[in-house]
Amino acid sequence: MIDRAAAVVCLEQTRFRWPGQSNDLIDIDELTLQAGEHLFVRGASGSGKTTLLNLLAGVHTPTAGVVRLLGTDLAELSASRRDQFRADHIGVIFQQFNLLPYLSTVENVTLACAFSARKRERAAESTEVKTAARNLLSALNLPDSSYDAPVNELSVGQQQRVAVARALIGGPEIIIADEPTSALDTENRDRFLELLFREAEARSCTLVFVSHDPQLAGRFTRSIELRTADDMPGDAADDAVGASP
Amino acid sequence: MNLLRIAIKSAKFRRTSLILTIFTIAISVALLLGVDKIRKESRSSLLNTVSQTDLIVGARSSPTNLLLYSVFRIGNATNNVSWETYEHFAEMEEVAWTVPISLGDSHRGFRVMGTTTDYFDFYRYGNRKPLVVDDGQRFDGVFETVLGADVANELDYSIGDEIIISHGLVSADFAGHDDKPFTVVGVLAKTGTPVDRTVHVSLAGIEAIHVDWQDGGRSSVTLDAEQALQLDLTPTAITAFLVGLENRAETFQVQRAINDYPDEPMSAILPGATLAEFWRTISTIEQILFVISGFVLVVGLLGMLTTILSTLNERRREIAVLRSIGARATHVVSLILLETLLVVVAGCVAGVGLVYGLLVLARPMVARRTGIDLAITWLDSTQLTIMFGVILSAVVVSLVPGVIAYRRSIQDGLALKV
Repeated sequence: MIDRAAAVVCLEQTRFRWPGQSNDLIDIDELTLQAGEHLFVRGASGSGKTTLLNLLAGVHTPTAGVVRLLGTDLAELSASRRDQFRADHIGVIFQQFNLLPYLSTVENVTLACAFSARKRERAAESTEVKTAARNLLSALNLPDSSYDAPVNELSVGQQQRVAVARALIGGPEIIIADEPTSALDTENRDRFLELLFREAEARSCTLVFVSHDPQLAGRFTRSIELRTADDMPGDAADDAVGASP
Repeated sequence: MNLLRIAIKSAKFRRTSLILTIFTIAISVALLLGVDKIRKESRSSLLNTVSQTDLIVGARSSPTNLLLYSVFRIGNATNNVSWETYEHFAEMEEVAWTVPISLGDSHRGFRVMGTTTDYFDFYRYGNRKPLVVDDGQRFDGVFETVLGADVANELDYSIGDEIIISHGLVSADFAGHDDKPFTVVGVLAKTGTPVDRTVHVSLAGIEAIHVDWQDGGRSSVTLDAEQALQLDLTPTAITAFLVGLENRAETFQVQRAINDYPDEPMSAILPGATLAEFWRTISTIEQILFVISGFVLVVGLLGMLTTILSTLNERRREIAVLRSIGARATHVVSLILLETLLVVVAGCVAGVGLVYGLLVLARPMVARRTGIDLAITWLDSTQLTIMFGVILSAVVVSLVPGVIAYRRSIQDGLALKV
């Protein structure tokens, strides 16, 4: 029995298509994630992975159906309230270039609090925001010397870990990661995932992780696959989405 | 970290192109303010060339021509005014004082003006400032001269020096009144008016050097200076005269009387009105300068627009990151507007600095050369309006990249298009 009321993420009959398009890019009948669940979303390019993330992040609203996060139907919020919701409750990690080159490592982490008083307060519960950022960076195995250095002196692997720190600071309930390991080699990728899982679990964050790499699926508690529109004419898409065995 | 700090740090990171933009805007602002300053200073300087004189009277000609030769020593009188006519008007009961002037000769490129010592008493310039003899005294004898500040300065003359006056306006030595040298007895303080470039002698002096001249050439009979002094040196004609009235309300009445004088065709002009009219003619140049400066500003703003538009692509990542942490699309627009404001305000400050810097540097030189004391004053309302206009147009211009950034951040969402 799925407890929808307590669900962190709840999609119902969610469809999305760009204006003027004839096919739904996203067509998800039902998807529910509880707190602390780690979902792997696999899909080839063009399968709507990014669109799904934009729907979850509240950047786009579905053409039909519901995207409910933490009990809030995003479609009922105005665009700026959705942005605020994202600022307060979601951490985002991109494929690469997560960091602003003109800010130091610590500033890049505390940046997540720039638009969210909630994150600021939560990060500064027991200490200062900056110290919270340092602690996170330290937990993610980043060397002390890099904290105040320009971020472009960091390796790609380190930069991705700084992005994780930014996504985690202020304790958002949901982490959205868009192919965060695609620029990393195997060794770095494994270490990155390990750290991400560890920190997400420690905070019982719900993680939505998107990748084209099926090898990673085994590490997640659940996984779904998005199919490209070419693969699934019409409503056949329904079958493609759902909880993994 | 607020939006302004992000904007500042981001702008600093891309400073090379932005500094160039700031520089272009600074130059446009400096040009606009500078032209405005020059226009105001030259206007007040021109309008203050002569003051307290109610009428300038000469042989019939256009007002501007009369003004030009009598006040600015530019061009020539079409005709002379006979001494009898001058005396007739000088004795009118409405007339408080007159100063006759006689032009036509020169000394090494400087105009020689014959007049009376009343000139030093009644001539006023600027804000009713009288002429001051800086060094020496007024002329008294026939062959004595008082030099304008520039004449003494440029030709390096001092009290006691003897100068030769050339006949006519060419400074050729063969046409000189070399048999009758003049002694420098006084040098006037700098006025910033054409007085500075004038050699002042008495009317009798002008008469004396011409006693043995006829029809613009030396006559066969030559008289030396001593002999000339024995003659009656009352002039037969003068070039023009300045008039001060007992009652300024009678200005038009006296002007009409002069213009309608039956015995000789005469013109009387109001110096203030004619100066203002003259200013309107030449201020076209200033207006053209102003328009050109305006175009420089437009170019500067377009340069800024180009810079900001070209950075939009490289800032896509930055914008996506900011959106991902919850920045609204309007925050993105604000970021662009803030950057524009930073650039244009920095440009204005640099431009004002440039103008004042140049003003401080140029001030002594301008004072020395023209006698105009460039007042270093706080920006006046016109100049503040100019700056406000610059900032406002910059903000309007930046709405273009702002709208593009807004639409893009809505469309792109969190997709990082690299």
